Amino acid sequence: MTILKTAGLTKKFGDFAALDGVDIEVGKGEVYGFIGPNGAGKSTTIRVLLGILKATEGQATIFGKDVWKDAVGIHKRVAYVPGDVNLWPNLTGGEVIDLFIKLRGGNNKSRREELIRRFDLDPSKKCRTYSKGNRQKVALVAALSSDADLYILDEPTSGLDPLMERVFQECVREAKAEGKSILLSSHILSEVEQLCDKVAIIRQGKIIEKGTLKELRHLTGTMLLVETKEPMPNLAEVKGVQGIEQKDGALSFQVDQEELDHVVRYVSGFGIIRMESAPPTLEELFMRHYEGTGTGGAL
Amino acid sequence: MTNQLFSGTGSLSRFILRRDRIRIPIWILSFVFATVATAVAFIGLYENAQERQAIASTMGNPAMTAMVGPGYGLANYTSGAMMAHQMLLMTAVVVGLMSVLLVIRHTRTDEEEGRIEMVRSLPVGRLSNVAATLLVLFLVNIVLAILTGVSLYALNIESMELEGSLLYGAALGATGMIFASLTAVCAQLSHNARSAMGLSIGILLLAYIVRAIGDVGSEAVAWLSPLGWIVRSEVYVNNIWWPVLMTVGAAVVFGGLAMYLNSIRDLGAGFLPARAGKIHASPLLLSPFGLAFRLQRTGFIAWAISMYVLGASYGSVMGDMESFFADVDLMQDLLVPMEGFSLVEQFVPTLMAVMTIIATIPVLMAVLKVRGEEKNDRIEHVLGRAVSRNRLLGSYLLISLIASFVMISLAGLGLGTVADAVMEEGFDIGMAYQAALAYLPAVWAMIGVAVLLIGWLPKLTGFIWLYLSFSFFVIYLGSLFQLPEWVEKTTPFGYVSAIPLEQFDWLQAIVLTTVAILLIVIGFVGYNKRDIGK
Ligand SMILES: Nc1ncnc2c1ncn2[C@@H]1O[C@H](COP(=O)(O)OP(=O)(O)O)[C@@H](O)[C@H]1O
Ligand SMILES: [Mg+2]
Repeated sequence: MTILKTAGLTKKFGDFAALDGVDIEVGKGEVYGFIGPNGAGKSTTIRVLLGILKATEGQATIFGKDVWKDAVGIHKRVAYVPGDVNLWPNLTGGEVIDLFIKLRGGNNKSRREELIRRFDLDPSKKCRTYSKGNRQKVALVAALSSDADLYILDEPTSGLDPLMERVFQECVREAKAEGKSILLSSHILSEVEQLCDKVAIIRQGKIIEKGTLKELRHLTGTMLLVETKEPMPNLAEVKGVQGIEQKDGALSFQVDQEELDHVVRYVSGFGIIRMESAPPTLEELFMRHYEGTGTGGAL
Repeated sequence: MTNQLFSGTGSLSRFILRRDRIRIPIWILSFVFATVATAVAFIGLYENAQERQAIASTMGNPAMTAMVGPGYGLANYTSGAMMAHQMLLMTAVVVGLMSVLLVIRHTRTDEEEGRIEMVRSLPVGRLSNVAATLLVLFLVNIVLAILTGVSLYALNIESMELEGSLLYGAALGATGMIFASLTAVCAQLSHNARSAMGLSIGILLLAYIVRAIGDVGSEAVAWLSPLGWIVRSEVYVNNIWWPVLMTVGAAVVFGGLAMYLNSIRDLGAGFLPARAGKIHASPLLLSPFGLAFRLQRTGFIAWAISMYVLGASYGSVMGDMESFFADVDLMQDLLVPMEGFSLVEQFVPTLMAVMTIIATIPVLMAVLKVRGEEKNDRIEHVLGRAVSRNRLLGSYLLISLIASFVMISLAGLGLGTVADAVMEEGFDIGMAYQAALAYLPAVWAMIGVAVLLIGWLPKLTGFIWLYLSFSFFVIYLGSLFQLPEWVEKTTPFGYVSAIPLEQFDWLQAIVLTTVAILLIVIGFVGYNKRDIGK
């Protein structure tokens, strides 16, 4: 069942197209990773989904309802954590959490206390004194303690320490186990790899790749690290081999999935001493796209 | 050591000038223009000494003294003396306000937004930002002083000779400097931009009120306020420089204090105590309205008290005014009372106009807060939950409407109750209250303009302050001399019945209220259509 869907979503700020035909689709119980470098358009997409920005063109629906027209109705079942969490300097974290829970229309005291404990947050401090990570915790506690059907999280871990990131990941897994859907934007690839069922990669407002992690890896093949007795002078000419690099006496390269058998046969002819294979990380996948299009935009 | 503290001050000053390359010239030119325009108007209105002398006798009463300061040279009321008496103090207060706004913008606001932290991480001294801000402000006020002074002199008006004109400018500039420094001190004391701004404007108002009480009552009290010093320069009459120089000296001292306080505090901290926090929100906070009110509660209460005090201080001079009119026979001949009204009552509409325009400031702040929240990226927390835009904007509008009623009521009642207490004949409190409430539709129309801007031109919401300042000048000047009728009609405050002199004009009030409602509705339509964001 589709929970969230956009079709040809375009957002222009003046002449500048921040989003250019974005299509994504989040199904029920899915964790959907939305990754891209800074300025790619992740937050803009999410703001359109929340009815805070109005799309220039295209459709976006959540729970089958239009995100602009039915914003209030949709938001009763959505929990959101913004990318930059700015809070009111003169309210305490505890007050803000209560306010957020109430504005969504829920009330779950025990869950609130549990999350405050797990995230190790001091709710009696004024928001003015909170670091970026602590402000993010406030937004996360408020979002996660609500009983929503869809969680929209915009780079929620960018200020958290590794320990808290683990807590966050547990929470996401719990939510998924309860059948909740999650749209998780990030530029931290390992996070997306660990949590997400599906991924869309956005760059300069365009979705350049999407699918399940498995599908995306299929596109890029397997990484091989091989050390042989005799040198392999013509490896570069073998079909399906790319990106050869020297690594302490061994060669590392990428092999297209359909040529794997053929390549391994070729390599074994030179006397294998050591051979390691691994699926490419999202990072490598990402880098390949940047190399393909020249100027990248920093991660 | 100085290098540690002040390194980079020059570059930062240039950077501030660059950021405000439009804002600062607009401020300065507005003052020069307003001053020159008034001087020219005075010349046009009063053609000879007899006419000026006639008005002089109406100007010496305590109400005028409370409002514009003591009248020097009333015996020989030249155009220059008139200008200095009627315009200098009011203009100086607005110059002070300019300094407050600019200093907060470059100190506490930048600090709150984390920009100072970034600047501090560069090879820049600890005090450089405060120093650069004060440097720029001093420079701005010096330029303002010279331009105003030279422009006045260039008008070539007989009684406005070079020295007096320069002193006039210097008095304005010195006021700007002292309030720049005082604001810089407040910016160290408070924990955040908002309360620093409130504190600074509070000090400005307090300075005005203390001076009013002093000018009417005791000379010694007047010396407690820097505004009291400024008017004692007796510009164009005796041209006394030292009070102005003393103000500049005080500005330097307070500037030093601000830097000292800045050097001993942590970034983001303040000196005024912050209360320990609650773990749970009170039920009153848990709605868009509750939140909107909570965010403005302190300011709201402070303004409410200030409005009552302002009304009361005007009311307190009513008694003096009464005896003054009784004493001066000449006055009785010159100013024939309007049928059925005492001379005191005739001053009520002018006082009300000034007070309600001041009361409009917190009213507009209340509704513009929604835009401030948007700029700070905090609106999305609310709109991202089950809250409609109408409910959100409506909450701020409601606070604004409540503020309009509360602020104006308190000002009117402050004036009425205190006047009744001090006057021998007593004073009709109900009449004062009605005179104040008559201004409500005009204030609502201003709210309407603000909502319209929020809905359709969010980047230009600051325009409303320009319009309010314009209204103030038009109404204030209009009450001093007979401006053409249409000039007053360019602002909602020109459509208010002057109670008790006039009957309350229901039709006019209803039309004004309808216009306000229309503007608000159109504003809401725009707000529902547009993007939310910076
Ligand atoms: N209100 C706005 N006006 C103009 N440009 C904007 C606005 N908001 C975002 N942008 C631009 O749109 C692009 C996408 O921004 P954003 O969605 O915030 O990126 P991300 O969240 O992926 O880092 C950026 O180039 C940004 O500068
Ligand atoms: Mg972002």
